[in-house]
Amino acid sequence: MTTDTRPAPADRDHAVRVNDCALKLANVNGSGSASANMLLMKAIFRMGIPVSGKNLFPSNIQGLPTWYEIRANRTGHTARALDYDLMVMMNMQTYADDVREVRSGGYALYDSTWPLDPALVRPDVTYLGVPLTTLCAEHFSAAREQVLMKNICYAGAVVALLSIDVDIVSSLLDETFHRNARLRESNQLALRLGYDYACSHFDCPLPIRLEPMDANAGKILVDGNTATALGCLYAGATVAAWYPITPSTSVMDNFTSLCHRYRREPTGETGPDGEVQYRSDHLILQAEDELAAIGMVLGASWAGARAFTSTSGPGLSLMNEMLGLGYYAEIPAVVVDVQRTGPSTGMPTRTQQADIVLAAYASHGDTKHLLLFPANPAECFELAVEAFDLAERFQTPVIVLSDLDIGMNDWVVPRLRWDDAYVPDRGRVLDKEALEQLGTFFRYAGEDADHVVARTLPGVSEKGAYFTRGSGHDKLGGYTEAPDDYQEVVDRLARKHAAAALHMPAPVLETRDGATIGVVAVGSTEPAVREALDLLGDSGLPVDFLRIRGFPFAPAVREFLDAHELVFVVELNRDAQLRALLTVETGVDPAKLRSVLAYGGLPMSARQVADGITAGLES
Amino acid sequence: MASITKPLIPLVRLEKNSLGLTVRDYEGAMSTLCAGCGHDSITAAIVRAVFELAIPPHMIAKLSGIGCSSKTTAYFVRGAHGFNGVHGRMAAIATGANAANRQLRTIGVSGDGDSLSIGVGHLTHAIRRNVNMLYVIENNGVYGLTKGQFSASADVNSTSKRGEPNLLPPIDPMVLALSLGATFVARGFSGDKEHLVPLLKAGLEHEGFALVDVISPCIQFGDHEGSTKSYAFTREHETLVDDPVLLGEDEIIAHLPEDTTTSVRMHSGEVLRLRSLPAGYDPTDRASAFAYLEERKAQGEIPMGLFYVNESVPDVHELNETVPEPLVSVPYERLCPGAGALEELQQRFV
Ligand SMILES: Cc1ncc(C[n+]2csc(CCOP(=O)(O)OP(=O)(O)O)c2C)c(N)n1
Ligand code: SF4
Ligand SMILES: [Mg+2]
Repeated sequence: MTTDTRPAPADRDHAVRVNDCALKLANVNGSGSASANMLLMKAIFRMGIPVSGKNLFPSNIQGLPTWYEIRANRTGHTARALDYDLMVMMNMQTYADDVREVRSGGYALYDSTWPLDPALVRPDVTYLGVPLTTLCAEHFSAAREQVLMKNICYAGAVVALLSIDVDIVSSLLDETFHRNARLRESNQLALRLGYDYACSHFDCPLPIRLEPMDANAGKILVDGNTATALGCLYAGATVAAWYPITPSTSVMDNFTSLCHRYRREPTGETGPDGEVQYRSDHLILQAEDELAAIGMVLGASWAGARAFTSTSGPGLSLMNEMLGLGYYAEIPAVVVDVQRTGPSTGMPTRTQQADIVLAAYASHGDTKHLLLFPANPAECFELAVEAFDLAERFQTPVIVLSDLDIGMNDWVVPRLRWDDAYVPDRGRVLDKEALEQLGTFFRYAGEDADHVVARTLPGVSEKGAYFTRGSGHDKLGGYTEAPDDYQEVVDRLARKHAAAALHMPAPVLETRDGATIGVVAVGSTEPAVREALDLLGDSGLPVDFLRIRGFPFAPAVREFLDAHELVFVVELNRDAQLRALLTVETGVDPAKLRSVLAYGGLPMSARQVADGITAGLES
Repeated sequence: MASITKPLIPLVRLEKNSLGLTVRDYEGAMSTLCAGCGHDSITAAIVRAVFELAIPPHMIAKLSGIGCSSKTTAYFVRGAHGFNGVHGRMAAIATGANAANRQLRTIGVSGDGDSLSIGVGHLTHAIRRNVNMLYVIENNGVYGLTKGQFSASADVNSTSKRGEPNLLPPIDPMVLALSLGATFVARGFSGDKEHLVPLLKAGLEHEGFALVDVISPCIQFGDHEGSTKSYAFTREHETLVDDPVLLGEDEIIAHLPEDTTTSVRMHSGEVLRLRSLPAGYDPTDRASAFAYLEERKAQGEIPMGLFYVNESVPDVHELNETVPEPLVSVPYERLCPGAGALEELQQRFV
């Protein structure tokens, strides 16, 4: 085997760059690469460097191209990069595309067991050949191991090339395989093989390199779906109903394992073999479809439990009719929508923010829902709890709009905190005593300042009995077809929805001196927007930023729109859905709202935002 | 039109149950269905059944879908919480309500359209989960509320009011339920309250999913000559497999000769005695229930009775080993793992 390191042309950008690089790992899905990629990402995290990892995977179980992108950036800009310093090419099917994406002056690592097609050679890229297949064939005997260990082997080479702390990587492997000595040995060996090969054949580390820093104290690395599940656990959800769908499935997977750990009570009895017996403080129902899932949530919430479902676009579409029932009959429900690329089945493993309008008005008739927009896993946790409080406070469905990027990728976020003084807001529920004191209970009469009426739960008292219906009803809860009586109720619902604006999580405002234009966004585009605004700020264009976290919009949203000459609405969909919602719901002059859109299914990058704003200003 | 309340002045001294309540205490709003509609008779039978079982009204949750039949939850047990949801989804909503509060006596009322077409997916899965509830299909072979289209339970060549024959084969909810492993499968007739009330009572006492299909003629769109769900046709063709009586644990059963009865002990401790009319009919044998239903159907008969019961299958809560008390009454302190646990579990995120 020969090394493929070529002398660098003199004009190449090979200046040393510390803690600022983007790498992309091109793999075949089902080949076991995910753990190697996670290993690298986690090691960088442990080195204290701001980092992000984005998994761009196919809707397939085995054999198709899949990519993982890692971006480390000392200033904390970890939005998706668009070009890469180092490409790890492990998938011959995509070699040509992958080579194209390397930035000029960058590096491409490939398996040099087979020669590289000369057509793939770019003069401005340095090729790093590592004979991964040969190395693994020489050192491992089992066929499966020879394939799997190639991943850890390339990780070892990357560790050497970027000067990732090899001790950290090694101890991560020990932690992962602490129960399996044989696998631990194999992985450690593979790591060494790649590491040593790189050290002895290339000039390690490369000019793009990593050094320990201290940016991750008090931080964790977690994906949004795990954090959402934790939020539902801490909020006290006892009933969950769902139908599997990417990218939301891991919400319920996590909720299930958390419940297994924290929501079982020993009964005090033992089984036939002396094993401790448990009873569960929860019931998770894998429904027959999403119509059933939301139906179960409504039924459980109606009966007084905190209940939720998690889904994605196609599921949300199916839930429409019953979301309208929840709205009109005033039943709490929490729906977590981890958005993916639509329309229809769309691209199930790609991200978008394209359910905004659907979620806001889901169902026929005059219907409006409460929406929450977490921007990262930490907010998934916080807003999941908030969702239950709001749903019960306002007796209505709350839809949490996460997306695949937040839900399935690991993000560096501040450690989740819990205040033990938290008391769930169960809203206006009359208990037996309250009912005794009441003359007669009428379900939809007696609104409070937020236009919320009191409800009762089944199984408590005959005095609280009422008939819940999605058909026309008057404020007493009786069936009606009388225009005035019908309108009286739906008008209150409109007032109630408007009143919720003051109870939604406040938008996050970031201002810059002298800014006359602004950006509005929700959710996962935040890192891209912040990085873009830094870039623009550095080039002399100060821009303010308002990140909305809830719908109905807080008054601060309209104020922000009014306070700026021009506002760019950044979002991941084709039809400018957030802009449309802002226009309809705030009454702002649409002419002052410009769009920056990306909807190809990948997370937003700073360049897309900056270019969009610049182009918008020029036009 | 607002719902009409019934006058509550008792004309005669009414019998009281063990809670001291009369049958009147289990009634609901005045029905707005067509006079003579089978559904109203079922309402009366449900009232009778819950009265006789002395179920506290507030412990009942009554749920329905959409249709004439589904309206009837408003017409019984005014002291119970009611939920008239959307078309076809009652089983799902009831499953959720039962998940939250397993102590509720859940009664679902549905139509053949609601249950066998738009909602058949939810019905079948509620059966599979063995949700502890009584599920009544008020079966008239038509969509009453949308004016008489054939439903999925209409028999081949049964005719509509305008005389067109139904072409598609029917879904027999009893056969469907048996095939899904249902634990309580019974059919009654709205025109035979004496037979229906014990079936409903047994269904309510059954710990699991009790499906009671009740042939319930639609006066407007299904009671004509040519309809196989008319009063006359049902009366002519019904065959009773049993004469069910639900007895208290200690009650004397001397009037029923031992050799012709089957008894099933319900979880509540009560004993269901079935005097089987076809000699030897065994409602605990699923295979023969199938065979019997098919055989009678082939003869043009409409078998009625408790075809199958199995008290030994765990319901959705037992299967999932949930706590014995309702999940709604588990205090929040027990549900929240607390700040310490959150701190600790985040170790795996660093
Ligand atoms: C989603 C939806 N589709 C259609 C309807 C119209 N609809 C109301 S009741 C009904 C059929 C009811 O038939 P069945 O359940 O047999 O009840 P019946 O009136 O015969 O008692 C239909 C189709 C509806 N309410 N909702
Ligand atoms: S239309 Fe038929 S089902 Fe509906 S109320 Fe009248 S008789 Fe009953
Ligand atoms: Mg019908």
